[in-house]
Amino acid sequence: MQEIEKTLRSRCAELINNGTCDKVIAWDRGEFFYDNSPATFACADCAQKLVYDCFCGANLSKYLIQYAKEGKTAVLLKPCDTYSFNQLLTEHRISRENIYVIGVGCDGMVDIDKIRAMGIKGITAVKEDGEDLVVSTLYGEKTVKKADCLLEKCVSCKSKKHYVFDELIPEADGEDVKENGRFDMVEKLEAMTAEERFEFWQEQLSKCIRCNACRNACPACTCRKCVFDNPHSGVASKANADSFEEKMFHIVRAFHVAGRCTDCGECSRVCPQNIPLHLLNRKFIKEINEFYGEYQAGETADQRGPLVNYTTEDAEPTAVSDRGDN
Amino acid sequence: MQVEKQFKPKIVAFCCNWCSYAGADLAGSSRLSYPADVKIIRVPCSCRVNPLFILRAFERGADGVILCGCHPGDCHYSTGNYYTRRRMTMLFSMLDYLGVEKGRTRVEWVSAAEGVKFSTVMNNFVAKIYELGENVKLGDLRCKK
Amino acid sequence: MQRIGVFVCWCGSNIAATVDVERVAQVMKNEPGVVFSTDYQYMCSEAGQAIIRNAIAEHKLTGIVVCSCSPRMHEATFRKTAQRAGLNPYMVEIANIREQCSWIHKDKEEGTEKAIVLARAALAKVMLNAPLIAGQSSVTKRALVIGGGIAGIQSALDIADAGYEVDIVEKEPTIGGKMSKLDKTFPTLDCSACILTPKMVDAAQNEKITLYTYSEVEEVKGFVGNFNVKIRRKARYVKEDVCTGCGACMQKCPSKKGLNEFNLGLNKRTAIYIPFAQAIPNVAVIDATQCIKIKNNKCGLCDTVCAAKAIDYNQQDEFIEREYGAIVMATGFNPIKLDKFNEYSYAECPDVITSLELERIMNAAGPTGGKLVKMSNGEHPHDITFIQCVGSRDISGRGKCYCSKICCMYTAKHAMLIRDKYPDVNVHVFYIDVRTPGKNFDEFYRRAVEEYSVDYIKGQVGKVYPEGDHLVVQGVDMLANEQIIHKTDMVVLATAIEPDPTARKIASMLTASIDTNDFITEAHPKLRPVESPTAGIFLSGVCQGPKDIPETVAQAGAAAVKVLGLLSKDKLVTNPCVSQSNELLCNGCSMCQNVCPYGAIGYEDKLINDHGIRETRRVAVVNEALCQGCGACTVTCPSGAMDLKGFTNKQIMAEVDAICK
Repeated sequence: MQEIEKTLRSRCAELINNGTCDKVIAWDRGEFFYDNSPATFACADCAQKLVYDCFCGANLSKYLIQYAKEGKTAVLLKPCDTYSFNQLLTEHRISRENIYVIGVGCDGMVDIDKIRAMGIKGITAVKEDGEDLVVSTLYGEKTVKKADCLLEKCVSCKSKKHYVFDELIPEADGEDVKENGRFDMVEKLEAMTAEERFEFWQEQLSKCIRCNACRNACPACTCRKCVFDNPHSGVASKANADSFEEKMFHIVRAFHVAGRCTDCGECSRVCPQNIPLHLLNRKFIKEINEFYGEYQAGETADQRGPLVNYTTEDAEPTAVSDRGDN
Repeated sequence: MQVEKQFKPKIVAFCCNWCSYAGADLAGSSRLSYPADVKIIRVPCSCRVNPLFILRAFERGADGVILCGCHPGDCHYSTGNYYTRRRMTMLFSMLDYLGVEKGRTRVEWVSAAEGVKFSTVMNNFVAKIYELGENVKLGDLRCKK
Repeated sequence: MQRIGVFVCWCGSNIAATVDVERVAQVMKNEPGVVFSTDYQYMCSEAGQAIIRNAIAEHKLTGIVVCSCSPRMHEATFRKTAQRAGLNPYMVEIANIREQCSWIHKDKEEGTEKAIVLARAALAKVMLNAPLIAGQSSVTKRALVIGGGIAGIQSALDIADAGYEVDIVEKEPTIGGKMSKLDKTFPTLDCSACILTPKMVDAAQNEKITLYTYSEVEEVKGFVGNFNVKIRRKARYVKEDVCTGCGACMQKCPSKKGLNEFNLGLNKRTAIYIPFAQAIPNVAVIDATQCIKIKNNKCGLCDTVCAAKAIDYNQQDEFIEREYGAIVMATGFNPIKLDKFNEYSYAECPDVITSLELERIMNAAGPTGGKLVKMSNGEHPHDITFIQCVGSRDISGRGKCYCSKICCMYTAKHAMLIRDKYPDVNVHVFYIDVRTPGKNFDEFYRRAVEEYSVDYIKGQVGKVYPEGDHLVVQGVDMLANEQIIHKTDMVVLATAIEPDPTARKIASMLTASIDTNDFITEAHPKLRPVESPTAGIFLSGVCQGPKDIPETVAQAGAAAVKVLGLLSKDKLVTNPCVSQSNELLCNGCSMCQNVCPYGAIGYEDKLINDHGIRETRRVAVVNEALCQGCGACTVTCPSGAMDLKGFTNKQIMAEVDAICK
């Protein structure tokens, strides 16, 4: 990773210098070492400060809507982020000719909470060392397996291959991950009884504080004005008291991104309450795959989404109710 | 003495103007009765029904919501009900996934000539809602017990 | 602030019997926003409408709710009433308390409560109504008739007579349809060809009529006044404008194995053929599945003998696109297939035939030259048995639940003609009921029984099977209450008729509704029998329901009149309930464009002033002339930028709220 970071810094500086782009959207060090945040770097010297390590989970594609309106912008995209980029192209939210895509290699991003959950306290730094992570703490160094500390979205990584790019760093691209088990948890929920599922979601959704982080990070939730913020929509959120509203918010949010969600996992990653929101989206993805054929949003930039499409032989909604009562 | 309040379900039926609403009218002119709990909202096409409307109805205390449109292939607007079919399949699947009773929502295709079917469908749906009882789950998914 | 008036109709006792209309009016009077509320016996009457008009003026109403019959019945009436009183016609909402309330509920308390809820929902909606102004669209002054049978020909002739251009699209190589296959017609027994062929010639010679035979409708776009139709002209392999119809090719063609469609496959024809002598156009066509030249690149005799040089083995299907203001469906019918009715041994026994096949056998131009013979051995039959209702009035699910309407009469005709021409032949008819309403129809049937001694047996046939040279019919005589085992020479099945299989596909293209039997639905079964609920689509002939020739011709004329009413207008008033895009909310994502069936949504780069931020954005723009107001786009749009006038998100949610209160 350190090697890549170095290459990225010099390459981005070069791209600004040679006029390929006037700014780069990349990751910057946050307040803590583990909260690298999206940022724009508008000069060759600034580009030297960009960060690329195992805490760069954030999907940068969404920021292009706002920041790539003018001039030419370079952006660093991990393989999973490229799906979102394509989806934004499909929806005309960004224009390809204004953007220079640097596909960066990724072998999984780390979830600091997972390291903490191992009982490791006073963490001051985390360094990658092959398959391991070397965790520096106030009480000395510890080594843990990186595989045990990955972000949820990386555990079920669907691809190491970039679906869109102008150049790749490193040059060699990865492959699709065929067996990623991303629907395992959805299946587990499906196997539960309705009562158990209800309880599960009641427990989870009751944690929601309506901070809107999921919505704000989601690269598919890009409406200029969200219906939940629009007093004229008839569904605008009022006081945080109506129990139904949160549920409606999450159902409607999942519905609005159904067929458009690339399963980038940002919603769950940013949720301060650790609600597994990606399980709502994955349910839709799984159903779409089963009912209407395998579909991966963002695989190319000219797809017609499954919910703005049909065949005359589609399953009836009764296909859901006929599934049996569990 | 406590008198147990009899359950009177609130049922919203969205009917497309061209087929199902006309089917409901035919049920009426043929005097084919169904329970008064069903209240119909006329929409131009089943594809006008936003999942939001259905959730809204539940939010406001509906016990069942049924959506009726032209048979697939017969949509007055050619393709509207094909989109409805996908959207509602997805919505129902999500409600089921959240643990909400599946029987509270339904899609039925009723043509303008199917007054008998309209009445039968409504009778069956209302019976199902009586069986399920009051809609509690959609009211309090967030609040802990 | 809205000032709403509520008008509750009794509809005589239709509503008042199960809804306490006075209470509904009383309760509504106290609803917020309502400044006037009353009830009256017949709101749709002139006196009732006067009450509404006066109230609008007196109470300065901004909107009205009429609690009455279905809006499909009188919405237009009350909109006009409002308009006459100076109110925008779209400030009217109807609470359907008749079809969807009083007529289906018996308990008055229950009915009244429901009527109040429906009235409240209508009130909630009207409070959010906004005045709408209908736009205008142009009318293409040309009609399309789909189907060139007697129905289509008559409609086209009537339209052309009034001076409008009309095109007929017929899938067969000739116009004429089923009527051209008939021998004689009831109840006058005049020869079918004698009365039909002059009309066919008229159609061909009328300069306002263009015939597209051997053609099919491929695609229909647009809407009333402005249909765009793509027509496939199937390859004839004969140049239609060059062929003189001399028939030399048919005499030389060595491929003689094709089934003669015109004679229902009872005999064979050559690969190049003219369907029948009076065919219009009188032009040959090559059956590519039979032609040796096309199949194996050998032969080519027809090309050699054709003096006009009309043969073109390389002809391809051609597509033409035309604009029409109105479309008449005249797709006709077919006898049903009998594969589910094995008890009649139709597939095995050549002497078991359908009535339409009998028409060809009796016809001088038919496979037997008009001689009544057994198809198995060419011998003269001495006993013929007719079986009625084969697949009609069927409750077993194998056939059709409806009465095919024409069979009783044509069976009487067949029986009579046979007895007349061959007095030595005994004729028996098995029937469930004999249905002969119609001018001179019952007299006709009685003549068959009384003058021609046709043996009518009330009862159904259970089985027909061959025995030696004969057939045995097993049935019941219900009047004598005894079983009949009857030896006969020929059995004629009065086969049920069903809409032509193309009807469903074409109805789909036209977005015309169709019933469970594939008959096209009329806009109103009694009052608008020749119109489809889809504006600009009209119905002619059996595609709407079983009917005989006089009825078909009458309906064809009626459909033509409706077409003329439409084509004579220069502008049509368009539905103002169309989608509109809120440019400030639009993301420019194009999803709405994907689902719009009319191509009514386009995208433009527009300079938008979003609360002081000026920028050029890609936003959706609705073409109001194309939008038909289905609302598919409104649900697809995640930001709610698309909304449907007259059925806005807020209005529908207000109705939901009112119902769930």
